[in-house]
Amino acid sequence: MAITLVPLGPSPSKTFYTSLLEVKEGERFRACLQCGMCSGICPFGYLMAFPPGKIISALRAEIFDEVVKTDSVWMCVSCYACTAVCPARIPLTAGLLTRTKEELLLVGNVPAELQTALANTQRYGNCLGESPRKRADWTMGIQPEINVLGKTRRPVDVLWFVGDYASYHPRLQAATKALAKILNALGINFGILGPEENSDGDSQRLAGERGLFEAMAQKNAQVLRRYQFGEIITTDPHAYNALKNEYPALGVSYPVRHYTQFLAERLDQIKPLLKKEIKAKIAYHDPCYLGRANGVFDEPRALLESISGVELVEMPHQRANSLCCGGGGGGMWLDGFQWEKAHVRLSDWRVREAVASNADVLAVACPYEPPRFEDAAKNIPSASRLKVREISELLVEAMGN
Amino acid sequence: MSQDVFVVIEHLRGQVADISYVMLAAARQLAQGIGGNVTAVLLGRSAQGLAKDLASDRVLYADHSALAEFTSDAYQITLAKLIGDESPRAVLFGHTTIGADIAGGLSARLSLPLISSCRTLSGDGKFVCQICGGKIMAEGDLPDATTLITMVPGGYKAEQGQSTQPPAITTIETKSFDDPCITLKQYIEPEAGDVDIAKEPLLISVGRGIQNKDNIEIANELAAAMGGQVCASRPVVDQGWLPTTRLVGKSGKRVKPKVYLALGISGAPEHVEGMGESDTIIAVNTDPNAPIFNVAKYGTTVDLLDLVPQLTEKIKQVKGG
Amino acid sequence: MKIAVPIKFVPDLVEELNIDSSGAALDASWLRLIINEFDDHAIEQAILLKERSGGEVTVMAAEAEGVDDILFAAAAKGADRLIKLTGDLGSGLNGHASARMLASLLKEIQPDLILTGVQANNDLDGAVGPLLAGYLGMPYVGYVAGVTVAGEKVVAHKEYPGGIIAEMEVKLPCVLGIQAAEQPPRYVAYSKIRQIMNTAKIEERAIPNVDSSGAVTVSRMFKPEASQRATIFEGSSEEVAGQMVGIFKELGVL
Repeated sequence: MAITLVPLGPSPSKTFYTSLLEVKEGERFRACLQCGMCSGICPFGYLMAFPPGKIISALRAEIFDEVVKTDSVWMCVSCYACTAVCPARIPLTAGLLTRTKEELLLVGNVPAELQTALANTQRYGNCLGESPRKRADWTMGIQPEINVLGKTRRPVDVLWFVGDYASYHPRLQAATKALAKILNALGINFGILGPEENSDGDSQRLAGERGLFEAMAQKNAQVLRRYQFGEIITTDPHAYNALKNEYPALGVSYPVRHYTQFLAERLDQIKPLLKKEIKAKIAYHDPCYLGRANGVFDEPRALLESISGVELVEMPHQRANSLCCGGGGGGMWLDGFQWEKAHVRLSDWRVREAVASNADVLAVACPYEPPRFEDAAKNIPSASRLKVREISELLVEAMGN
Repeated sequence: MSQDVFVVIEHLRGQVADISYVMLAAARQLAQGIGGNVTAVLLGRSAQGLAKDLASDRVLYADHSALAEFTSDAYQITLAKLIGDESPRAVLFGHTTIGADIAGGLSARLSLPLISSCRTLSGDGKFVCQICGGKIMAEGDLPDATTLITMVPGGYKAEQGQSTQPPAITTIETKSFDDPCITLKQYIEPEAGDVDIAKEPLLISVGRGIQNKDNIEIANELAAAMGGQVCASRPVVDQGWLPTTRLVGKSGKRVKPKVYLALGISGAPEHVEGMGESDTIIAVNTDPNAPIFNVAKYGTTVDLLDLVPQLTEKIKQVKGG
Repeated sequence: MKIAVPIKFVPDLVEELNIDSSGAALDASWLRLIINEFDDHAIEQAILLKERSGGEVTVMAAEAEGVDDILFAAAAKGADRLIKLTGDLGSGLNGHASARMLASLLKEIQPDLILTGVQANNDLDGAVGPLLAGYLGMPYVGYVAGVTVAGEKVVAHKEYPGGIIAEMEVKLPCVLGIQAAEQPPRYVAYSKIRQIMNTAKIEERAIPNVDSSGAVTVSRMFKPEASQRATIFEGSSEEVAGQMVGIFKELGVL
């Protein structure tokens, strides 16, 4: 592929470095000791021409233009492992890697698959390229009818931010409907934005499209302002991360929680509804953006343990040390590219761990995961009997309908 | 204006294209209704032999070295004079790399109405066009003037435009072609050495729904298990995931296998043009409204990424057991 | 070299298409418009030619929802001049009206080369390219998937069925109908488009009057009925796989 590079201006390394110092907690970049922890723990670090630590040394050596010419930073799945282990607490994921991807996007050094997802987000408000009008089609047939705020304009207690994959992806609609069932069973007064909802934009932000993220945030902000609600819950940790940590800086601030936190608070009401036993060993996979990035580890486990018959098993990589499924930071839209380079998928690694831990079920709490882990399980003979389920699906199964 | 219907015959390297016969069938339907004749217009060099099976009442033939191969300016100059002299009811062109290059220019230069993407013509002077990827049909009446029409396949079978009686050929004069604006330098063939999918009885075709180059592996495995070959629609070839020799469709190959398994293919007309005459088409597409289901005999909306590996497994069991 | 790229907007087929109450046109309230993908390739091909041999690229479009964003994106890719045609477009421009309108503008601009998409999904009276070439008295080659400049001429790679390419040498000025650019249309970061909105200018030109003659009247639009709908296999992917194996056996291919 022929790439035309646009010169970044005098001393690109200096300009970029200065911009890094300006991100949140950016002054920590000065404290990098070049200890190598980040590059070491990065799941694809061994494949990158410039893993995180090396990008910093390239900046200091003023050869950042070399970094921009390689495409290996697209192996980064924004899993936060580097940020979590950095002794100087440098904002590596959100600051360095994201900003580097921004630079690559600006010169057009971006794999075609990712391009499509970004273009789709811009056009249709969802990365899948589906018609925005069909965003609430998953609600058809559900009784009681799901409250789409644009139609009913009723004030609600809870606004449920559903998300792209949860709305459109056939595999995930099952989990979305399961969550709707639970909310209805608990008598929660909730509503969704439906066709007015746009992508939270967080993965697009981490894939280098800051401008696109802000555009989505603005659109969502305009819509949210129209309705009355007490708090927001999200199906997915990425939306949770965006609404909690990024939107406030853009002037959009609401109390927000992931659905597992919301439900865990209501365990007393949920327990009596769980009439069926699920006799299984369940391994819970901590999603990067719920666990490592936002410190939510216990609530999802509490939900699983409330189901009778369930034996929770822990995998060696757990909690803050969890293994990324490979979907973040644009990873969902870089599968072909990453496969060409690695010939291994991060999701395979995780599935093997689940099997080795004797789990019958791999429980997840992020919409990226069911399709990724199910695909991985298909390719691993020992995983043929491993089931992958969203926590919402397991709860509904235990509810017995 | 006469009531004759003219058909501009398309040919490449000594072969008359199927669309020419389709157009003759359409022309016959219109001509019969309005009481006119079907005239085939053949331009070429020593190409009279190509007229032998054209189902037309007569052939107007122009022979000139400048017409030996198609170039749009030489064809337009010749046809402009002919249309001006004969003033037929309608002139049919293929909606192809040949016909679509010349119909528009003639419409502009001669101030004649133009209808494009036409599928059928009827004896009462009605036309039906297909647009928007085959999702919408537009119907109307031919205007009261010599009308230029580009035709797409699908409305008639080629056999309907073929005849065992060679029509009478009249040679027409051509203008000279001094200083042409367009010169054909050469034809470039696709790389040889790959499979000729047009000869395969069992084809497994992948479209946009395959999502990435890597997933094509599952189609390869199915093809290997079944003893078939993999081919593709345009988006897959454009991305470079398969070579052009595997392209099925308007700009690729025309295939008529026993079984055509369409995986993640929407069924846009340009693709259907290349495979619509397969004996049995089986379509896999998660969109129940995909046009491919209109030409397929069997179909399913399950995800091809789930289905295909399972299909391969079952087939291996059947063959192994 | 001066390159002009006329582009147009067409119905986005991702959305469902509906017929309006007149029964003879698409329901505009349901329509989402998108740039004709072949015109997108034409922009890319023009930019590639500019990058290789220098020159000036002018992109022009008639007013429609979303046109400004596309024009700015073209500028972000390297287009030098952006022109938007405004006026009373009524229910839209057909091919003949568009071509006439563009012809008068292009006579003024005097480009050496005009690149435009070979066709559009809503063409009913022919594609714009060949009509435009007719009105301008220029040669036209369509279904082009590669262009090189050779002095006072261009060499266009014209696609024929079966993967055959015809190398056509065309005198300038000429019109080429682009099927595919030599590389897929490049990505432009959203922030770059936002940025260019501050520096690039869209020139607005009023269309004097719209002459739509040359097209035909549509009396009825409808959705095609499936003559014979496919037999659908229901069930899980495993069940469907089983049913398919059964059919393969019946057909004698297994």
